[in-house]
Amino acid sequence: MSEETITLDVTRYRPGHDREPRTQSYSVPFQKDWVVLDALNHIKDRIDGTLTYRWSCRMGVCGSCGMMVNGVPKLTCAAFLRDYHPGPIRVEPLANFPVVRDLVISLDDFMEKLRRVKPWIIRETEKPVTEGEYLQAPAQLDAYKQFSMCINCMLCYAACPVYGLEPAFIGPAAIALAYRYNLDSRDEGYRFRQPIIAEATGVWECTFVGECSVVCPKGVDPAAAIQRSKVAGAKDWFMSMLLPWGGR
Amino acid sequence: MSTRKTSEPFWWGLFSVGGVVAAFLVPVHLFIHALAVPLGWISLSHARMLALVGHPLIKLYLFVLIALPLYHWAHRFRFILEDIGLHGLRTPIAILSYGAALVGTAATLWVLWRI
Amino acid sequence: MLRELTSVFIAIFLVVFLVELYQLSKGPEGYAAFLEKLRSPGWLVFHVVALAFALYHSFTWFNLTAVVQVVRVGDFQVPPRLVAAANFVVWGVLSLAILFFFLLRG
Repeated sequence: MSEETITLDVTRYRPGHDREPRTQSYSVPFQKDWVVLDALNHIKDRIDGTLTYRWSCRMGVCGSCGMMVNGVPKLTCAAFLRDYHPGPIRVEPLANFPVVRDLVISLDDFMEKLRRVKPWIIRETEKPVTEGEYLQAPAQLDAYKQFSMCINCMLCYAACPVYGLEPAFIGPAAIALAYRYNLDSRDEGYRFRQPIIAEATGVWECTFVGECSVVCPKGVDPAAAIQRSKVAGAKDWFMSMLLPWGGR
Repeated sequence: MSTRKTSEPFWWGLFSVGGVVAAFLVPVHLFIHALAVPLGWISLSHARMLALVGHPLIKLYLFVLIALPLYHWAHRFRFILEDIGLHGLRTPIAILSYGAALVGTAATLWVLWRI
Repeated sequence: MLRELTSVFIAIFLVVFLVELYQLSKGPEGYAAFLEKLRSPGWLVFHVVALAFALYHSFTWFNLTAVVQVVRVGDFQVPPRLVAAANFVVWGVLSLAILFFFLLRG
């Protein structure tokens, strides 16, 4: 039985052991329906159990398996081996994040930024449960639905050249999620989110390169969310200059 | 709430308006004044041009045409320099870029005033 | 980066144009001499390249603003391609109007 194979060049890094990352090549079966994640699981199960990486749902909804595949940020559960045939395929940890071990990166920076934009419904007055749900018409849902599809996979941060140069930039996903909640008819928290977004390290770092939207696996289009937030931010700024006592 | 209000929205606003002016008006004026008139495809005598430009509304139009895209350039130029690695010099770069646009604006006002 | 570079070419042309207007204010001899300079191969090539960059700016700008500016007619959201196309039409009409203005007033 002659089985076709494909080579994966995978970044290895063991803290305390390796001084710097190195590349290890693995030969895996080339199956037409396999994704890169299947190849990594094969490596871990059959070839090298020390390989460390994140994954969970393997169907593109959990956002865990983001890595650089041939230099492009991708969900490894959505990167088919056949699209990289004959290979070799370079698999590296997600760019612009500190590497913890092998293909695992530290999420701390993103988590802190996510928390900062308060990605939850904020109400001035809460309705008691006995009064029922907050009603929302289909048109009101459509206003923000696209931006609610974010799975926090951070491919957009890996793709963003500005985030690569300026780690203080709050980043595409955080802004897209702030925008999503600002647009939600049930939300009353615009004035809590806007100061964070309107800071110099908020939307204003973005130069609309647009790579974030290109790599997003869920079609969120964070670039659009950021530019629309710039328009809103500019309006707020001019209004606050003209009417210092008022504004939003 | 940030205690120091950033001026970024102001410069972005100017960049935005300058970009709109550049997008709609620059190609045709570039063609006319830098190619068609020098090459004689459009005949525009000195007297005729002076009379046209003398009109206050035309002067206002020319001010918008020339001055606003300079802020578009300044904003983009600033970020070009930051992106090619001069990120550490961002404050002096911003001052020089927007400063150049302000100087250009003053020069535009002066030239249009003379005509 | 190409998109960002368009602003440099546009800015240079606008400075050239400003100098042209300044020469206009100085009198017919200076103005004619300046137009003579613009006829040099170097400047002609530059301006042809600058025109290409300016058009690229217009093209990318209209496509990008269509994504940024959501246009709604009642409940219906106008697709971004249509918004961009509308911008192009306006640009075309405006350009032709300005061109004819100078052709007729020359």
